[in-house]
Amino acid sequence: MSKNTLYDKVWDLHKVATLPTGQDQLFIGLHLIHEVTTPQAFASLKEAGVPVLLPKRTFATIDHIIPTQNQQRPYQDPQAELMATTLEDNVKKFGIQFFDTTTQRQGIVHVIGPELGITRPGMTIACGDSHTSTHGAFGSLAFGIGTTEVGLILETQTLPLSRLKVRRITVNGTLQKGVYAKDVILKIIQVLGVKGGIGYAYEFAGSVFENMTMEERMTVCNMSIEGGARIGYVNPDETTFTYLKDREFTPKGHAFEDAKIYWKSIASDNDAVYDDVVTIDGNTIQPMVTWGVTPGQSASVTDLIPSPESLPEDARKNAEEAYAYMKLKPGMSMQDIPINVAFVGSCTNSRISDLREAAKILKNHKVHPNVKMLIVPGSQPIKKQAEAEGLDQIFKAAGAEWRDAGCSMCLAMNPDKLIGDEICASSSNRNFMGRQGSPTGRTLLMSPAMAAAAAIAGHVTDVRTYL
Amino acid sequence: MTSANRVTLKGTSVVIEGNDIDTDRIVPARFLKEITFENMGNYLFYDVRFNEDHTQKSHPLNDPKNQKATIMIVGKNFGCGSSREHAAQAILRFGIQTIIGESFGEIFAGNCKSVGIPVLTATPETLASLKKTLEENPSTSVTIDLVDKTAVLENHSFPISIVEAWRQAFLNGSWNALSILKANTDKIRALDASLPYKF
Ligand code: SF4
Repeated sequence: MSKNTLYDKVWDLHKVATLPTGQDQLFIGLHLIHEVTTPQAFASLKEAGVPVLLPKRTFATIDHIIPTQNQQRPYQDPQAELMATTLEDNVKKFGIQFFDTTTQRQGIVHVIGPELGITRPGMTIACGDSHTSTHGAFGSLAFGIGTTEVGLILETQTLPLSRLKVRRITVNGTLQKGVYAKDVILKIIQVLGVKGGIGYAYEFAGSVFENMTMEERMTVCNMSIEGGARIGYVNPDETTFTYLKDREFTPKGHAFEDAKIYWKSIASDNDAVYDDVVTIDGNTIQPMVTWGVTPGQSASVTDLIPSPESLPEDARKNAEEAYAYMKLKPGMSMQDIPINVAFVGSCTNSRISDLREAAKILKNHKVHPNVKMLIVPGSQPIKKQAEAEGLDQIFKAAGAEWRDAGCSMCLAMNPDKLIGDEICASSSNRNFMGRQGSPTGRTLLMSPAMAAAAAIAGHVTDVRTYL
Repeated sequence: MTSANRVTLKGTSVVIEGNDIDTDRIVPARFLKEITFENMGNYLFYDVRFNEDHTQKSHPLNDPKNQKATIMIVGKNFGCGSSREHAAQAILRFGIQTIIGESFGEIFAGNCKSVGIPVLTATPETLASLKKTLEENPSTSVTIDLVDKTAVLENHSFPISIVEAWRQAFLNGSWNALSILKANTDKIRALDASLPYKF
């Protein structure tokens, strides 16, 4: 059993009671909500005629269904419009702060929490969205929940939970040029597998993480869930505190110094005990691309699509299914995979640093005539910042489309979708069958810089030749 | 939804082959735009069960003999991916009462518990012999006993596992946790006041 880790400390601090089932009742310090996974939860409250217990601990935004091209109300899709008005009614009725587009703070829920300084170290954070693990970058226990659990938090601010085991994943060394946080997490998932994290919280550590910016740490924690781990976190340090200072919701002055004392106190101790420890050499990580239909089916960009014989026996059947769906052949060079669409966006990679990396590659280049490229900032403030830096001009000059903030083609609940069996170089987090809106659409996960390079070349290519 | 205890469950089974079946496959995202769960049963495994023109593909859930199945037998890492409760709701509303597999996506398993579906795990060997028996006689009914933690069919009894806290919750009918959480409201308010962060 783990001891003296951040996980243990934050858990103990938020424990309300031990339940008759043996589970702990855990207080959720921060609850984030969006339009898709909440209407049924609010409906139950309304039916029972009960209020939200602690409405100040819940914040709302709209991200999944929002169009990124024409945000004029009513939305053209009546179902999207109904989801939006339902959320608007609910936040108003229950007194919840809502970052809609008029606030100029709207964006993907996992982007705006940190950006506004709402997400901070030592919190328990839940949201009806599996990528809530993103907020673990700040040293919080942040995890995705279902709609019934959203309802439990609204009514009681708590959840019945069992403790996870803690696995420390140390990545040592220095990342090569052209290798990004996205490649680190794709590598971790390749090594530990898509179910390796079941039952675990992941603590990410080592020099690679110490040297990462907060935005990079968020990219890694974001995809913990793709590795099966509901929670991923990094211990808070000076990088965390510097990022948080002066953000809208961050405590100011003395209160900031007090908060820092708390934040430092919850970091894992030097003598902390873990249930499992894994070490990965960061020096050897290459730019990664997925070739299959799970985030673990990936290879280095310089490799070939693996043959079934080279895979462990229990992975072969899935691989066969993946080749058939992806219409790709084992033994083919990764760089020979043609693309039709490039997407830079999603809660994994839509922050300002991601847009800057994509712009660096696209500058003085043109998107290949066979490729449609979409660049979707994660929030309204990011959009504004990118425009202040002239990134939008670089994107447009290259022939890419520059959109408004939202989840967009990450899961295609808005009008941004793949058509037929189009194949997309995507900076998002899931390459599941049909994920990007077409039941036969195909997704290749990679870093934003790699997606930009692929957009120029018209096929998967090694971004390092563009640096 | 009201809680009732789940001590034994009896019914026929449907086998869904394959590992890493994600929640996007269980309910594609385009069906999440509804503000109720009412219709979710219709969307279960939609893109693997239906062509784009809505005609049926060959799939175990389209097989007439499986229409009344109440037990679903799956592989490894079933329900990985998104937190959408729609996936658990679709399975429930299709008529499935319990799922047996080798392992499950964690959020999905929690959602199943929330809606009253016990999620059971079994070893690969157990699953293989279960499936073999069912292959030979698909109409065999299976009895799941949460007291003994067994799946019984014909004269065989197979061991199954379930998260102990969930087993307790199903046995005593407290799987909908709302009332037991609410009972501690005073403690919740006290913790709220004492936490080192506020909004
Ligand atoms: S960007 Fe994608 S993964 Fe992230 S919250 Fe939106 S839909 Fe989910």
